[in-house]
Amino acid sequence: MPLQSLDIAARSATTTPPPGIRKTLEVAKLIDVTKCIGCKACQVACMQWNDVRDEVGENHGTYDNPRDLTANSWTVMRYSEVESQERGLEWLIRKDGCMHCEDPGCLKACPSPGAIIKYANGIVDMQQENCIGCGYCITGCPFNVPRISEKDHKAYKCTLCSDRVAVGLEPACVKVCPTGCISFGSKEDMKDIAEERVVELKERGYGNAGLYDPQGVGGTHVMYVLHHADKPGLYHDLPTDPAISPMVSLWKGVTKPLATLGLAAVAIGSLFHYVTKGPNEVSKETEKEVEKELEEEGKQ
Amino acid sequence: MQLSRRQFFKVCAAGVSGSSMAVLGFSPTAAMAETRHFKLARTTEVRNTCPYCSVGCGIILYSLGDRAKNAHSELIHIEGDPDHPVNRGTLCPKGAGLLDFVKSKNRLKFPEVREAGSDQWKRISWDEAFTRIAKLMKADRDANFVAKTADGLTVNRWLTTGFLAASASSNESGYLTHKVVRSLGMLSFDNQARV
Repeated sequence: MPLQSLDIAARSATTTPPPGIRKTLEVAKLIDVTKCIGCKACQVACMQWNDVRDEVGENHGTYDNPRDLTANSWTVMRYSEVESQERGLEWLIRKDGCMHCEDPGCLKACPSPGAIIKYANGIVDMQQENCIGCGYCITGCPFNVPRISEKDHKAYKCTLCSDRVAVGLEPACVKVCPTGCISFGSKEDMKDIAEERVVELKERGYGNAGLYDPQGVGGTHVMYVLHHADKPGLYHDLPTDPAISPMVSLWKGVTKPLATLGLAAVAIGSLFHYVTKGPNEVSKETEKEVEKELEEEGKQ
Repeated sequence: MQLSRRQFFKVCAAGVSGSSMAVLGFSPTAAMAETRHFKLARTTEVRNTCPYCSVGCGIILYSLGDRAKNAHSELIHIEGDPDHPVNRGTLCPKGAGLLDFVKSKNRLKFPEVREAGSDQWKRISWDEAFTRIAKLMKADRDANFVAKTADGLTVNRWLTTGFLAASASSNESGYLTHKVVRSLGMLSFDNQARV
């Protein structure tokens, strides 16, 4: 029931070209990790809005709870304690979840038509009714985000609240954030906000502050402002230069059309063979010979 | 199942051609994508205040049901109130999870009393609760109210009972609470804001 026209930009395992003449505003979520206090209001708001509840977990000696993304927890806070010579102990907190890549690896890897959709505004969404639960999206994701539910064996992840965005609202995590560390708007505006903040951070002594909008996946619609943009790995192994696995690119890029071509060639070849050579017929003489042989065998 | 050689070939051919057609792009059209239904489209919005801490964030309660005779309304969602000057739509994790607090099985929904010497909580009515509180307050005030000190100074104070008020009250109810408590002569008066 979208109130705003949401064109589809890409659809998993579909060759029909999507509509492309309407200009849609590209949206983005900006997470300024330097303002995050790790309160987890975004985690709670996400579950409340999306009507999912995770199991009450166990304390493993860290604040990470749940410890990893699950089919019910589409965003989790990652807490990293980092020690360095210059700064001593730093507590780096990152809100983890789907990055909504411009070139989504999950969608590329997905074999089920229409199970993963990329809308023209940049949101990558999963349509669980079309999901066959194969888990290829997890292999295809450079950020290891989608999770298969044990209950219905379908893949789930952050939708960037596509249902809210479609009616002109911001995602639930953005609205709830009490420190204003998460913002939402057009991708251009988010880049501007990030730029201002990076200047501010550099003045405050974070010389390597910067925006995380990795180009290896064509840029993302969820971006981070990091105080140590030169070392994203500090933030719970955020990949420095994420890219879709070469196996996925190879399999879905070159191999798929080749295989299709091969199938078509076999089909056409068989047809030609049938037309030119006809069915494999046994001459009556041979048939009689065989029958004779059989009879002789029967007598013995 | 009995299959003749000819039937077996037919089945194989049908299977191969069917799957080949699908791979070649002749699969039946699936439904196009659609975002999830916007769940607040037909809800009633009611403003309220988060009951947790002294910040007193504004919240909006979303409920389903048009109040028709046979339709029973149900609270389905709670979110921060963007028009509230305190939080401007934001909430902390506790406030963000208020729906589960409202629907909690452990939630206290009626007055209970634990009599002196008893280890049991007993359910009582609101009337009983108010009467009991008023009676006990009056008895204590009559016994311990100090109108004048030993050297004749008028103080009108009541030191043996204290009052704890809620921070999530409106200005009006805060004013009334203050008036009632102070006019009884009570000095020990604190607020949840300091809890």
